[in-house]
Amino acid sequence: MTAQTVFTVAGLTLREAARRRVLRALAALTLALLTLSAWGFSKLAGIEFEGSALTSGEERLIASQVLNLVMFGLSLIAALGTAFLAGPTLAGEIESGTALSILARPIRRSAVLLGKWLGLVAFGSGFVAVAGLAQFLIVRVTVGYWPPHPVEGLALLAAQTTVLLTLGLLLATLISPMASGVVAVGLFGATWIAGVVGGIGDALDNESLARVGSVSRMLLPTDGLWRGAMHALQDPIALAQFGGPALEGGFPFLSPAGLTFAYLGWVVVWVALLLGLAAVTFLRRDL
Amino acid sequence: MNAVATDLALDAAERLIAELPPSPAVWCSGLRKRYGRQTAVDGVSFTVGRGEIVGLLGPNGAGKTSVIKILLGLVRPDAGEVVLLGRPAPDPGSRAGVGYLPELFRYQPWLTAAEVLALHVRLAGVAVSAEERRESLAAVGLTDRARDRVGGFSKGMQQRLGLAVALVARPELVVLDEPTSALDPLGRADVRDLLLALRARGVAVLLNSHLIGEVERVCDRVVILDKGRVAASGTLPELLGRRELRLRLDGVTAEAEERLAAAGRVTGSGSSFTVALAADEPAATVPDLVADLVELGVRVHAVEPMRISLEERLLDILRTGDGGDSR
Repeated sequence: MTAQTVFTVAGLTLREAARRRVLRALAALTLALLTLSAWGFSKLAGIEFEGSALTSGEERLIASQVLNLVMFGLSLIAALGTAFLAGPTLAGEIESGTALSILARPIRRSAVLLGKWLGLVAFGSGFVAVAGLAQFLIVRVTVGYWPPHPVEGLALLAAQTTVLLTLGLLLATLISPMASGVVAVGLFGATWIAGVVGGIGDALDNESLARVGSVSRMLLPTDGLWRGAMHALQDPIALAQFGGPALEGGFPFLSPAGLTFAYLGWVVVWVALLLGLAAVTFLRRDL
Repeated sequence: MNAVATDLALDAAERLIAELPPSPAVWCSGLRKRYGRQTAVDGVSFTVGRGEIVGLLGPNGAGKTSVIKILLGLVRPDAGEVVLLGRPAPDPGSRAGVGYLPELFRYQPWLTAAEVLALHVRLAGVAVSAEERRESLAAVGLTDRARDRVGGFSKGMQQRLGLAVALVARPELVVLDEPTSALDPLGRADVRDLLLALRARGVAVLLNSHLIGEVERVCDRVVILDKGRVAASGTLPELLGRRELRLRLDGVTAEAEERLAAAGRVTGSGSSFTVALAADEPAATVPDLVADLVELGVRVHAVEPMRISLEERLLDILRTGDGGDSR
């Protein structure tokens, strides 16, 4: 019965995502980004530097950097989309009264929450997979670059989306739908900036500055996962060849190291913890 | 020998259980709920029997909707117990046979009316055929709109859909919170017919409504809430049993006034008098009183026996806090 409730609500959440305007907005944004990047990458192929064409190594380095930049745009769209979907789907239903008739059914609130989460994860991951794959194909066709670990990269991006939407769900059990979306996206941006600051700290061998990045990556793992995804998508040979400060973490669209299993374990714990917290607050809430 | 005796005892026990009256549709005791400093519900207890229509009445802020939400597990009470259809309320299973139309009725605007019903049937865990679901929509007059998205529905249509949602999963108990607030007079008449049809099918109904006339026409029993407490409760004859007699008299002497007071509590001034009569007053009371008054030299212009309406009784209870004996 509980499993049936979870899957029913998950299906409902997917249907909501498919039928609400947010999907159309998401599709339009993604299409615009993909088109722009296709145009940009096609220009990159014929570029000349100081009178001579780029070597293939240079081209690969630039392509992998620009790919990371565009993937950052995609992850931002995914983050915005799911965070603004996670808020209304729970807090909006409580506010409007839609939740009343649903929760008066013989079902557990935790099953409803889990179903919503599952539906949102499926939606976010589906979006990352489709849009990311489209982007990889564009880069492949225009400059002939194919990332070394595409599946790992997309999985980490999907995990990043999951982390953010879990935060969005927790916030939605506490505050209004719009506010929960805004706060989630704000925190996402703040962690990214903290990650960049930490990277600069690494490059300058400034420990306290570097710690800003590490601490923020623990508190909200979006930036850590994003760095792992970048590492999976960039070309290691070209990087090693052209190295320097870029490799030391000073540049925000290149990542010097992959993720450890310990960190991935922490992400799983983090998500479970927030989901549990969301369930507790949702269970105690008077409707 | 022993085995036979055990079998006999078991049979007897089974028969005893089978013959027990079914547990009431709603049983609640000592419900209490505070929001900050405000006490919304303060020691509310009542029962709704199987197949009974019970009206919940009271002024705004009396705690009616809070009580309903506590019954359905939507609000956690600070104290008190709820049993729905024989199962204690913290267990979600207690709501398996319950249909609910909230006061704030909103349904997923991106779904069609038919999809909303299908969703609720799945969540209720009941197998209801598509044909039966169509009948539920037909019962509230939404047959033509089954394939339309709820987002385009008027308030009245959404409330009708809410009624269909409450009724679709073959409930044994239906809780309706202001079911006619968005309906026109025709819609209200439809709801009345629906309620009577439910009673005929043995479905228990807890009805919260501001429309006293509606409650008076369909309810078997009424629970009146005021400031979070049960101010009065009982069957309609119990609550409304008190009758009164309006008289227009001339030449009332002290003796005549005494005779009037002997019949019941007298109010009034000048030539108009109102005598409150007890519910179980014998039929001869009024003619006897009139004959005695005439004998005492009183000139009788008009004698008008009145029955108190639920509205008057409600106002009386809320103003004086007098719940009478039926409490």
